[in-house]
Amino acid sequence: METNLKRAALPARIWPGPAIGRKQWMPWARRIIFFGGLFLGWEMIAQAGIWPAYLFPAPSVVIGTLVNGIGKGLYLTAAWVSLQRIAVGYAISLAIGVALGLLIGRVRALNDTLGWLVLGLQALPSVCWLPLAILWMGLNERAIIFVVVMGALFSITLGVETGVKNTPPQYVKAARVLGARGLALYTGVVLPAALPAILGGLKQGWTFAWRSLMAGELLFFTLSLGNLLQTGRDLNDAAQVMAVMLMIILVGVTIDQAIFAPLERRVRARWGLSG
Amino acid sequence: MSSTIRIERVSKSFKAGQPVLHDLNLEIRPSEIVSLLGPSGCGKSTLLRLLSGLERDHAGRLLVDGQEIVAPSRAVGFMFQEPRLLPWLTVRDNITFGLQVRDRRQTEPLVRELIEQVQLGECADLLPRQLSGGMAQRVALARSLATQPGVLLLDEPFSAVDALTRMRLQELLLSVWQRRRFTMLLVTHDIDEALYLSDRVAVLSGRPATVREIVHVDLPRPRDRRAQEMLQQRAHLLEALRVAGSNQLTGYGTPFGV
Repeated sequence: METNLKRAALPARIWPGPAIGRKQWMPWARRIIFFGGLFLGWEMIAQAGIWPAYLFPAPSVVIGTLVNGIGKGLYLTAAWVSLQRIAVGYAISLAIGVALGLLIGRVRALNDTLGWLVLGLQALPSVCWLPLAILWMGLNERAIIFVVVMGALFSITLGVETGVKNTPPQYVKAARVLGARGLALYTGVVLPAALPAILGGLKQGWTFAWRSLMAGELLFFTLSLGNLLQTGRDLNDAAQVMAVMLMIILVGVTIDQAIFAPLERRVRARWGLSG
Repeated sequence: MSSTIRIERVSKSFKAGQPVLHDLNLEIRPSEIVSLLGPSGCGKSTLLRLLSGLERDHAGRLLVDGQEIVAPSRAVGFMFQEPRLLPWLTVRDNITFGLQVRDRRQTEPLVRELIEQVQLGECADLLPRQLSGGMAQRVALARSLATQPGVLLLDEPFSAVDALTRMRLQELLLSVWQRRRFTMLLVTHDIDEALYLSDRVAVLSGRPATVREIVHVDLPRPRDRRAQEMLQQRAHLLEALRVAGSNQLTGYGTPFGV
C-alpha cells in the first residue's frame, strides 16, 4: 500500500519525459537515427524481394529517381507549373478570404448567415468541387484553380473571422479612451490584435490549397507534380510515384519553413505570445 | 490644462440589476485631486467609466468644462488598473497611440518630455513584454497624458504592483501632476493612497452609491506618510468607511475590498 502511494506520487509521465537541459543536437541525433533506421528497414524489405521491384522499390532507387528527375529538370519544371497555379489560387483565396473574414467578424447579419455557410463549406473536402468545376469550366487551368481556391478560402476566412472576433476587449477600451474609433480603431487595434490568429488561418489555408492542387492535378494531362504522379502509375513505375511524393513533401515543407514559419515566429515574438 | 468636473444627480442602473449609483453629486475644481473611496462593488468604477464615456445610459448630467460627456474623448485621460499596453507596439508607439498622425511632428517634444517625466528615457524602444509591472504602468500614465487631457481618471491604477513600487508610482504621479496640473479623479481601495494623493476624499456608501462624506486633506505636499495628522485622518476615514460599508444593501464584499 505504502509503495503504491509512493509510486502514485511520482510524476505520471516518467518516460518519455521532457528533456531538461538536453543538448541542442539531441533532437537531430534522434531524427538521424530514426530516419536512418526507417530507410534501412525499407531497403532490407525491398531487397528481400517479397514484392516485385516496380511495385515496392528500394529507397535507394526512389532517391535515384528523384535525383535524376530533378537533374533532368523535369521535376523542377513540374514543380514550377504547380507553384504558379497555387500562387494564383492562393492569392485569390487570400483576397476573398480576408475580406469575407473581416465582414463576417464585423457584421452581425453576415455572421448569422454567411458565417454558417462558410462553416458548412469548410467541412466539405475541396476535391468534391472538382466534378462541378469540370462541368462548369471544362478540364482546364481554371477548374484546377477553382478547386485550389475552394480548398484555401474557408480556412483563411475562419482564421480572420476568429481573430477579429476574439480581439481582447481591454485593448479596444484602452484605445477608445485614447480617442480611437471607427476605422482607426479597427486598423490600429482590432486587426493587429487579430494578426496571430489570421496568420494561423493563412497557414492552414496554404496547406489545404497545396493538397487540393495535388488532387486536382491528378486528373490533368499537362505537366505538373500531380500529373507526374499519375504518369508514374500509368507506367507501372512506383519509384517515380514515390519520388514525386517526396518532391511534393519537399516543396510543401520548403514553403512552410521559408515563408510561414519565420513569419509566425516573428509575429508571436513581437506579440509576446512565445515562451 | 486643467478642467472642471461636475457630476449632477447622476443615477445609473444596469439592465437586470438594482441601481448602482443614486443621485450622486460631486464637483471637482481645476487641478484638484479627489479620491473616491467606498465599499467594494459600490459603483466607484462605474462612475469613472461614465465620466470616461466608455459607459453610457445614465440619468443626470456629467460635465467636463461644461461639456456633457457622450463618448470617449481626448480631453479625458483614463488609466486602468492594468497597463493595457498594446503588445505589438514599442513604448514610444504606445505613448503616441492616441495622437493624430498629422500632429506627430508637433507633439514630438511633448512625447519626449513625457517619457522623461515618467523616467523611461532608455526604454522608449522596448516592447511591453520587456517591462516590469511598474514600468508598464508608467508607460500607461504617459500614454494617458499624451493627448494633454484636462482630466485624468484613474481606476485603482497602482493596485496591481507591490507596496514599494506603489509608493514610488504615487510620488511620480504627483511630480507629473505638479508640472501639468490636470484635474484628477481617482478610485482606490487604499486609504493611505487616498490620503497621500488627494485634496479631498469622497467616501461613497454601498449600493446604490451616493456621496456619504467628503473629507478634506489640507496638508502640504510632499506629505509625510507617517505624520500625526495623516494618522488622524486615516482613523477618521476608516470610521466613515465602516459606516458606509454597514449601509451596504447588497451584503457582499468587505468594506475595504481586501
